[in-house]
Amino acid sequence: MTNKKFDLVIKGGRVVDPALGFGQDAHLFIKDGRISAIESDSAEMSRMLKTLDGDQVIDASEKLVVPGLIDIHVHLREPGREDEETIESGCRAAAAGGFTAVCCMPNTTPRIDNQETVKFVQDRAEGASARVYVVGAITKNIEGKELAEIGDLVKMGAVAITDDGHYVQNPDIMRRALEYSKMFKIPVCQHAEDQYLVSGGVMNESFQSTRLGLKGSPAVAEEVAVLRDIALCRVTGARLHIQHISTRRAVEAIRQAKREGVNVTTEACPHHFVLTDEEIGKEFNTNLRVNPPIRTKEDRDAVIEGLVDGTIDCIASDHAPHSEEEKDCEFDQAPSGMIGLETTLGLVKTYLVDRGYLDWGDAIRKLTSNPARIFGLKGGTLAVGAAADITIIDPDKKWTIRAEKFRSRSKNSPFIGWKLSGQVYKTILGGKVVFEL
Amino acid sequence: MSHLASRHLLGLEGVSKEDMTLILDTADSFREVLDRTIKKLPTLRGITVVNLFYEPSTRTRISFELAEKRLSADTVSFSPSTSSVQKGESLRDTVQNIEAMKIDMVVVRHKSSGVPYYLTQCMDANIINAGDGTHEHPTQGLLDMFTIRRKYKKLEGLRVVLVGDVKHSRVTRSNLWGLKTMGASVALCGPSTLMPYEVERFGVDHYTDIDEALEGADVVNIMRIQLERQQAGLFPSQREYTNLFGITRERLKRLNKNYTIMHPGPMNRGVEITSEVADSDQSVILDQVTNGVAVRMAVLYLLSGRKKEEGADND
Ligand SMILES: [Zn+2]
Ligand SMILES: [Zn+2]
Repeated sequence: MTNKKFDLVIKGGRVVDPALGFGQDAHLFIKDGRISAIESDSAEMSRMLKTLDGDQVIDASEKLVVPGLIDIHVHLREPGREDEETIESGCRAAAAGGFTAVCCMPNTTPRIDNQETVKFVQDRAEGASARVYVVGAITKNIEGKELAEIGDLVKMGAVAITDDGHYVQNPDIMRRALEYSKMFKIPVCQHAEDQYLVSGGVMNESFQSTRLGLKGSPAVAEEVAVLRDIALCRVTGARLHIQHISTRRAVEAIRQAKREGVNVTTEACPHHFVLTDEEIGKEFNTNLRVNPPIRTKEDRDAVIEGLVDGTIDCIASDHAPHSEEEKDCEFDQAPSGMIGLETTLGLVKTYLVDRGYLDWGDAIRKLTSNPARIFGLKGGTLAVGAAADITIIDPDKKWTIRAEKFRSRSKNSPFIGWKLSGQVYKTILGGKVVFEL
Repeated sequence: MSHLASRHLLGLEGVSKEDMTLILDTADSFREVLDRTIKKLPTLRGITVVNLFYEPSTRTRISFELAEKRLSADTVSFSPSTSSVQKGESLRDTVQNIEAMKIDMVVVRHKSSGVPYYLTQCMDANIINAGDGTHEHPTQGLLDMFTIRRKYKKLEGLRVVLVGDVKHSRVTRSNLWGLKTMGASVALCGPSTLMPYEVERFGVDHYTDIDEALEGADVVNIMRIQLERQQAGLFPSQREYTNLFGITRERLKRLNKNYTIMHPGPMNRGVEITSEVADSDQSVILDQVTNGVAVRMAVLYLLSGRKKEEGADND
């Protein structure tokens, strides 16, 4: 095989690479797991392509060829809850969703707050169908009390830190985390929800929570948390990344902070730009219980605006698998979270691109080069010499989300049965096809 | 029309005026039965009803049990606090086990909002909500409306004030949906920390000044205040609550002449209501209890009648 000039050629697709500012029909040549050339179509090129073996060529005509998508917010549940997801199954779900890299959150059992657990995850991720980057904890055991050994975590390969699932409630600890993290040039990611204001809420505080008699978690819990952290970020000069932003005023706060030059970035999840709390309806569907909760129409529209004007840098799924048994219960007893790796791209296409909020270039930027930049990851580009992590998208393919098709071990999605447009056609990791439709 | 649109009673939100009128009219005839020497009817003979009370409520449970017995249903009462729940059994498994014993109707009380709906997804029985979390308590709402209607011969045009912890009260929600549908005007009154979020979207008036709220009202329905709300910091003390919102004889002067005092019970005498008011001629608190049996008989009867028909499952 090594005598071949190319291992793989993706021919005739529309290449969309925001990092390169590239959006045109071209052929992509892959050799030794890397991108070796991008060539535009020509008579000579067509003749040359005809000489290649069939299995060396992927015909991508009518398709989009984009850098492998990167999801900087997923829960892989291993170690601890392998019944819900394993690193292997989570990576298969990632590949099916077009993601070639994921960043896994540290709220596993045990927590990823030490080198051994980072190493464990990395070892498990070897040979998986997506690259796994580890996000370490901010505090020991995610208890919000003492800083974790952040230096050790980074040394072992952690790309960021977060206590996701929990807000670092003590402002002094958060300040120290920001100061300390500066030495390692990593972002401190925050699940921004003041616990005192959440006050045991199980859905957004709104007319809907009033109607349903469910305890509400107010939007101000997020706004207060975001404003506090912006103030701490400003004073420390560190890098702050706000996870899964969901309220109108939190988006406004970040817009304002960015204008002032504060080093803050943020992400939004599909469920926060697609759904509203009215969806909980009369059915108390526990798959709609997420944290932060699905909010009002005004909040959802503000998240979309934030995506449009660039206040929100990237799109992440917050893929949070839960077993059927755990979700099959009373609404206020159900764990928070929904899976998202396999539905994100279709939701982005159907609800952002098709509705004219983002063009494909912007959408892909928020799924590739922006997350890569924020977490300092390789990838997110089709530049010559880069790893051949590539996603091929069938841009207008109509499909229906089916529970039995999920590669994830869990099926907790409220989108089951939804019809979407835009589906992953093939996912290529390091030059190898890891998913095909 | 002699059938309800749904084979379950999960709440009063969305229940039509026709359906509520049918329930209240049916309850009228059962109410007469309760005054007879022989109070039993054969209507539900052969039907098995399970009273599934995950949360203790002696009066609601007894009221349902009596209603079932008056209609000759076979009844079982089940309080899972001392059984399978402690062994970690899921709600679905518990109710599916019960259903496997061939039962027809379930009356459910649970601390989590939405559980009656959830049961409709787990089993085929007719489900009657006997109070779920802070969501709804439809039979209480119906019996309150029934009691008001018996006195005034109408609901339309009356002004009903609900006073107290309206935020955490499922009785409030059921009253509110029911009364509004029936054409009454509803006002809520209580401390601002016990007012539901965006309450104005229900299309009701809301007050934090009790004297303003009572001005020109016909009915005052007093919601219970729980000590745990004070512990949660929602109001400073019971003493202050009583001073600001307690229903005293003095405050009743603002009501319309032929006014009515209601309370779904259990009462905190001296906190939300004085004994003088609770035991006055205008108080219908004990009528509510009697009427509760008739209303529950009506609900059981109307839902069981549906059960014998196929199709048309329209909830
Ligand atoms: Zn989170
Ligand atoms: Zn998360």
